Amino acid sequence: MRPQDREDIHLDTVSVGQPASAQGQPGSVAVADQVPVPPDEFVEAPAADIAAQQAGVEPKARSQWAYARIRFFRHRMAVISLFVLIAICFVAIFASRVAPYAYDELDLLNITSPPTTEDKHLFGTDLLGRDYLSRVIFGLRTSLWVAFFVALLSTAIGTTIGSVAGYYGGAVDNLLMRFTDLILTLPGLAVLLTAATFFGNGDPLKVGLILACLLWTGIARIVRGVFLSLREKEYVEAAKASGAGDARIILRHMLPNALGPIIVNTTLIIAAAILIEAALSFLGFGIQPPNPSLGTLIDDGQGEGFEKWWLVTFPGLVIVVIALAINFIGDGLRDALDPTQRRVRA
Amino acid sequence: MPDPILSIRDLTVEFKTEDGIVQAVTDVSYDLMPGEVLGVVGESGSGKSVSMLSILGLSPQGRIPRGEAVYKGKDLLKMSQKELRRIRGGDMAMIFQDPMTSLNPVLSVGDQIMEALKVHNDGMSDDAAKKRAIELLEVVGVPFAERRIDQYPHEFSGGMRQRGMIAMAIANDPSVLIADEPTTALDVTIQAQIVEVLKTAREETHAAIVLITHDLGLIAELADRVVVMYAGRVVELADVFTIFNEPRHPYTVGLMNSLARLDAEQEWLQPIPGQPPSMIAPPPGCAFHPRCTFSRGRLPCRTDVPELRQIGASAPHVSRCHYAEELAEAGVVAGAAAVEEGR
Amino acid sequence: MLTYIIRRLLYSTVVLVLASFLVFTFVTVSGDPLANLRISPNVSELTVQNVIDRKHLDDPVPKRYLYWVQDAFTNKFGTTLLDNRPILPDLWRVMKNTLQLLIVVQLLVIIFAVLIGVYSAIRQYSGFDYTMTTFSFLGLATPVFWLALMAQVAVVQIYEKTGHRLFPIANLNSVDPGSGLDFWIDRAHHLVLPVLVLMVAGIAGYSRYMRAAMLEVINSDYVRTARAKGLNERRVMMKHALRNALIPLVTLVALDFGTLLGGAVVTETVFSLDGMGLYFVNALFSNDPYPVMAFLMVTAVMIIVFNLVADVAYGLLDPRVRYD
Repeated sequence: MRPQDREDIHLDTVSVGQPASAQGQPGSVAVADQVPVPPDEFVEAPAADIAAQQAGVEPKARSQWAYARIRFFRHRMAVISLFVLIAICFVAIFASRVAPYAYDELDLLNITSPPTTEDKHLFGTDLLGRDYLSRVIFGLRTSLWVAFFVALLSTAIGTTIGSVAGYYGGAVDNLLMRFTDLILTLPGLAVLLTAATFFGNGDPLKVGLILACLLWTGIARIVRGVFLSLREKEYVEAAKASGAGDARIILRHMLPNALGPIIVNTTLIIAAAILIEAALSFLGFGIQPPNPSLGTLIDDGQGEGFEKWWLVTFPGLVIVVIALAINFIGDGLRDALDPTQRRVRA
Repeated sequence: MPDPILSIRDLTVEFKTEDGIVQAVTDVSYDLMPGEVLGVVGESGSGKSVSMLSILGLSPQGRIPRGEAVYKGKDLLKMSQKELRRIRGGDMAMIFQDPMTSLNPVLSVGDQIMEALKVHNDGMSDDAAKKRAIELLEVVGVPFAERRIDQYPHEFSGGMRQRGMIAMAIANDPSVLIADEPTTALDVTIQAQIVEVLKTAREETHAAIVLITHDLGLIAELADRVVVMYAGRVVELADVFTIFNEPRHPYTVGLMNSLARLDAEQEWLQPIPGQPPSMIAPPPGCAFHPRCTFSRGRLPCRTDVPELRQIGASAPHVSRCHYAEELAEAGVVAGAAAVEEGR
Repeated sequence: MLTYIIRRLLYSTVVLVLASFLVFTFVTVSGDPLANLRISPNVSELTVQNVIDRKHLDDPVPKRYLYWVQDAFTNKFGTTLLDNRPILPDLWRVMKNTLQLLIVVQLLVIIFAVLIGVYSAIRQYSGFDYTMTTFSFLGLATPVFWLALMAQVAVVQIYEKTGHRLFPIANLNSVDPGSGLDFWIDRAHHLVLPVLVLMVAGIAGYSRYMRAAMLEVINSDYVRTARAKGLNERRVMMKHALRNALIPLVTLVALDFGTLLGGAVVTETVFSLDGMGLYFVNALFSNDPYPVMAFLMVTAVMIIVFNLVADVAYGLLDPRVRYD
């Protein structure tokens, strides 16, 4: 040990002066044989080399969305589900061309036929000989339409209420959040049924409206949370100081930060809406004939007896496939867009 | 010279991430002598904590493809879970960085200390454990220990919680105490108090302490020897005076220049340029070369990983720099000048 | 804590009054409950007028609301619109049946979900974890009513193929269930399918939640501290990890009570179980606002109570929570 005292080390971060009180001798480290020092060349690094070096130091600058896309495409089930969902959407959009029959077309020679390749009755037929595959395809169209409508509308309501509450805070926030709590404490499905009974009339649009009125609360809470945390940020203050209007600050400076969670939740609302609409329609409170929906088809099918298993099974399977696909996509989007998931311990 | 109490050789730790395998620690070797304070310095992500956590089996995600950690003649890495458990919290205890999150929020502080006592002392009665826990809290300077022992962590301030952590760590009279950034999460005034508590703890237990930190002030205050780590490797190792006065690795020089010192004329504090390297794709050659103002683009720095070599003749002092001897001529201040020049 | 509970109850009462008025208005204005009665050929004008008079249907809504409040308090929610049947006895009966079903289901769900969630978290990315994740995703994507129907379809198909009737597919009891132990065995037999169906969705949701909570806790600093103390893995998990991970689950279970009742509506309809859900659906079908109101109020009160239970439980389990 060197004949020095600790006073030699002066740092303004520590209190100076402390007697050396080491008890042990400094140990040694196994030192490898000295490697021959390479010749002292001063080689000018070529430009490409410098670039490579820098690449080693700093990760390639990619935009947040590019990263999100990469992460999403790494989620295998989400990618498969995305393709499945796109295919299902195409079938729904071009229902009248894809479906082998019209949804109310009668085939009286094939009444209550189980699934068969004959006459293209892949999903069988019902009591009136209507092709069940075609009915499912048209039902799918209605159900998907309602689900997307509900998702968009409830996202719009939730984002608006959440932004206003989070941006203005105080009494406005308190009032809006109490209102949100109120909706959350209601027995959801019961209120839906009540609303549908006294207001619904089996019209898809109205059913969608009722669903949207109950499903916006989640997004409102998330958006409010993000806004509350952003309200005090310097750049928002700066925008305010430079005279930007409230609407501009909300839309340009704050909302983009909540976009990730909003997208994830909108996706999940689509799945929820499909399931709830199906349950409503099945109970006879949602979409009603002649509008076909997957839920009403199951209700009809059940009415014809459990021996005709295909009438109940196929529309339900389609619901499961759609909801499963959307949930996987939501899972993938959460991985891609939710930065809190990106914790890696070193 | 006494035998080291803990001897780490060629320790390598890998992590599997979604971007590939990351080597957080590469071929790290150092010895811990009985009773000494060994400072381990480096930026976050340099592997200084991971190396200690992994030898105690506390880094569940980390894989150790090679290396050994010999404690009292036995390799910790080859021990069964049961043997390792007996050592953890017994012979080797840890103090963690963040006292706010390192204590279980739903158990009282006393419970958590008593648990540490009872697990290593078969048949210890509740009363005896409680009595000892109160003693321990008094040792680390928690006032009204008898009353506070039943309180929950959230009823303790940050500094008090860290005292509780230290009490828990010294409960079983360990011979090795690993302090992982023990003051980082605390206020500056509290930091000074915790430093005092650590000194008390050392007097109480005569334990050798591994002090993992990026705070050179703490090192100057407590450490006898210093290991400097960069990008998962040991880049310099020497006694504390040598490290501060004759650093022989450009990274250590950079660390020193980034400090405010009273003994040198400085116009500016010199930050180390650039950012810590990506551990997924570390730079080829010397991991520090992209930030090194001393290398000036010399080829070996970019192609060859330097070996740890003995510097000078007298004291044990090793450095992982191709040009360590040049630093000897230039010295710290010249190192600062090199930083200037490099811009 | 007592003041906290009282304050919460007062606040809830205000909410309840407001909500009841809104729902009452909504239910009474938006439809004519007598529409079916009026078009029915063998019902005289006089009968219709009698109903109108008895239920004050010609009065303005606020006044009718007050009549309803009076009925609710003094006359046990009053009687149904058309046949003047007392509501409360029916409501008690169906509530008892529903709660019986839900409590059995919830207990089983929690036990399984905690076991599955904890084990999946401890063995993250193992075969078991993947299997359970797949099961959860499937369970969450499957409509409860469809699953119930499929269970019935399966039982019927098995009966047609083999002549075995595995389980009853409807009702709470056989026509003649016997008494004492026989009655309960009969009841249990009838409840097998509904319980299984409700369990699927519950376990799918809660086990995921439990897994996530457990993973977070397992990776926490204090679990590392517990390991660093030299505790064995069992103790680390049971004493340090599980206790922390259960706190949010307990809250969630209590808060989910409303959703659970919603699920019961569907299941009870499919299996024709004489419970609250079926009672409610029938009231809706007959366009009768009074039992609908009674049902909504009773469930709202239950939800409020369970919310409170969730809060109190949270405070008891987590010493950091203070009521002020």
